[in-house]
Amino acid sequence: MHIKEGPKERHTLSVTVSNEPGVLARIAGMFTARGYNIESLTVADITEDDSISRITIVTSGTPAVIEQVAAQLDRMVPVHKVTDLTVLGDHVERELALVKVAGIGDHRIEALRLAEVFRANVVDTTIASFVFEVTGASTKIDRFIELMREIGLVEVARTGVVAMARGKEAV
Amino acid sequence: MAKELSGADILIEALSDLGVEVIFGYPGGAVLPIYDALFKQKRIRHILVRHEQAATHAAEGYARSTGKPGVVLVTSGPGATNAVTGITDALMDSIPMIVITGQVATHLIGSDAFQEADTIGITRHCTKHNYLVKSPETLGHVIHEAFHIATSGRPGPVVVDIPKDVQVATARYTKPGPISHPSYKPQTKGDIKAIETAVEMLAAAERPILYTGGGIINAGPGASQVLRELARITGAPVTSTLMGLGAFPASNDQWLGMLGMHGTYEANWAMNQADLIVCLGARFDDRVTGKLDAFAPKARKIHVDIDRSSINKIVPVDVGIVGDVGRVIEDMVKIWKGRQHRKQDLSGWWKKIEGWRAKKSLAYKSSRDAIMPQDAIRKLWEATHRKAPIITTEVGQHQMWAAQHFDFESPNKWLTSGGLGTMGYGLPAAIGAQLGNPNALVIDIAGEASIQMNIQELGTATQYRLPVKIFILNNEYMGMVRQWQELTYSSRYSESYSDALPDFVKLGEAYGWKGIRIEGMQELEAGIAEMLAYDGPVIVDCVVAKLANCFPMIPSGAAHTDMILGDDTVSGEMSDEAKALV
Repeated sequence: MHIKEGPKERHTLSVTVSNEPGVLARIAGMFTARGYNIESLTVADITEDDSISRITIVTSGTPAVIEQVAAQLDRMVPVHKVTDLTVLGDHVERELALVKVAGIGDHRIEALRLAEVFRANVVDTTIASFVFEVTGASTKIDRFIELMREIGLVEVARTGVVAMARGKEAV
Repeated sequence: MAKELSGADILIEALSDLGVEVIFGYPGGAVLPIYDALFKQKRIRHILVRHEQAATHAAEGYARSTGKPGVVLVTSGPGATNAVTGITDALMDSIPMIVITGQVATHLIGSDAFQEADTIGITRHCTKHNYLVKSPETLGHVIHEAFHIATSGRPGPVVVDIPKDVQVATARYTKPGPISHPSYKPQTKGDIKAIETAVEMLAAAERPILYTGGGIINAGPGASQVLRELARITGAPVTSTLMGLGAFPASNDQWLGMLGMHGTYEANWAMNQADLIVCLGARFDDRVTGKLDAFAPKARKIHVDIDRSSINKIVPVDVGIVGDVGRVIEDMVKIWKGRQHRKQDLSGWWKKIEGWRAKKSLAYKSSRDAIMPQDAIRKLWEATHRKAPIITTEVGQHQMWAAQHFDFESPNKWLTSGGLGTMGYGLPAAIGAQLGNPNALVIDIAGEASIQMNIQELGTATQYRLPVKIFILNNEYMGMVRQWQELTYSSRYSESYSDALPDFVKLGEAYGWKGIRIEGMQELEAGIAEMLAYDGPVIVDCVVAKLANCFPMIPSGAAHTDMILGDDTVSGEMSDEAKALV
């Protein structure tokens, strides 16, 4: 006997929650308990009085699973609102990465040239290394890291995706 | 201004304000201040159980039979972890329950202190919501909010973890007004457009069926009344899940019996052949649907549920209505009558159903040698049904036989562990039900294996003079395990024999109960009569046929139409795919 899996879609969800202790554990725990995927998760306060946090979750699954993920999030007591930005339509997604690259001579010059192409900023430098700050869609960051790997990639730190619908309305 | 009270006194005040009359609990180090506060008051009655798991099941039995939330009080560490099974049981069966757990003092949390457990972490996955209360100022509000969350929307268990220093520290308490939660706002009124669509579909259906569940019981007795009205005006047949038994009277002509794995032939075939399924407060559980891609292939589906996540979870539906099932049915009835819909001519549909009924799928062969378990249940029903008894069960064959052969006429009379399937549920649940219904006849229909899982609660019934009855169908096997081993593992009865059984009569007597043993058909009726005549707790050890199987049965992963009706159609071994399903 073999275990089968269906085709998957990638969705970006925006979730506003009461900023109370354990809320992140509750949400992450629901994903593990029900066997859902988290590809990335970001969270921070978004209100003046620190009462509400916004969580951006990138998840993947069959369309039925994605509908369940949203419904299961929505029924949790501290969750205010769940918006599936992928279903909603046009939205922007951004991620920030810090990328450390070591090298001398030509490698150094090539790293700077590529950074310029990707509009990455140098936020730290030594004689033999740079730390670049690069922002953009996840695919752009993937590509930048891939190129740096050939030049002398040392390490990477990524924030995970934050996302927002286009237009004047709030979620 | 109100004077300052200790956290423990605030808890008692808040519980009294919320109308709590009884708490099921067990004391320990981290709840001593609360037990002292209980000692000094007379408003709330505390029932001392013998194990914390039993406190939770007793609270479930109390809640399910009265419609009020059940309240549990246990200590930190092992007190809380012992309660986890019952908390999970309440989550699966949507039972309103509030569990107060003691916790080590706030400055000791995280230090691996004596009897410390991460109760909030452990119960996060098995509660509707939980709270760690860090100051007595917030305690009163948290308790009121916990009750609001446990009892509204889809009911469920809520844990409130109170560190010992918070029980001792003082603050002012004032009774809060109606709870308005910033994010938790369950939808109770269904979308009227969707309800209108549902009514039109029902009016146009040629082969409709009402598939009802525990949600109707949770929606209160009014929901059962409007369900009867909906069935009357539409003429549609009615079936129910295990959890919904009693919402529709078994004596009604439109009743098809329970559906699902051990449901009737007519209920399952009607589901399979229907052109419209109206699911009312049920959740398309795997015990109900059987093989999903063969489930009700010809039917359009309407699903009414208070929990949005239940809709389209297992079975995609044509119309989903989020709301309180009682209120939605009420709206359906109003719209049906307002639009002057007449009962469709369903005679062709009923003719088919009569054909399936004629199979008599619950029939069994009585034996002269041994009591058939079905006979025992039928006789018990005959002797008691006029008293409208409350029946609790453990889990296994006896539970399914009781569901099949004990007919219910009204809601809140059938208390069983459906979703989690917890052996050991029945006796404590009966104790809780008896406390909530002092004049009712309460019977735990049990198996000889299950009853041993919370047998210590015999002492609780004795202490509080609760006249509960236990009726054990003793076949010396964990019968359902043995049945599956017979059907799927060529009768390799691995560890399913109940060896070294106690003498249940003597055991009962040791606890101050009356004990009765029934060994043959000739003793059955007299034994039941003797049990009923005794004004106190009775344990009946009814010896039944050892190898009887519970039929009909849809094997795991099979379609409704592949139902096994009796022993003669049983094969010995199953495919790996079937073995992998529970």
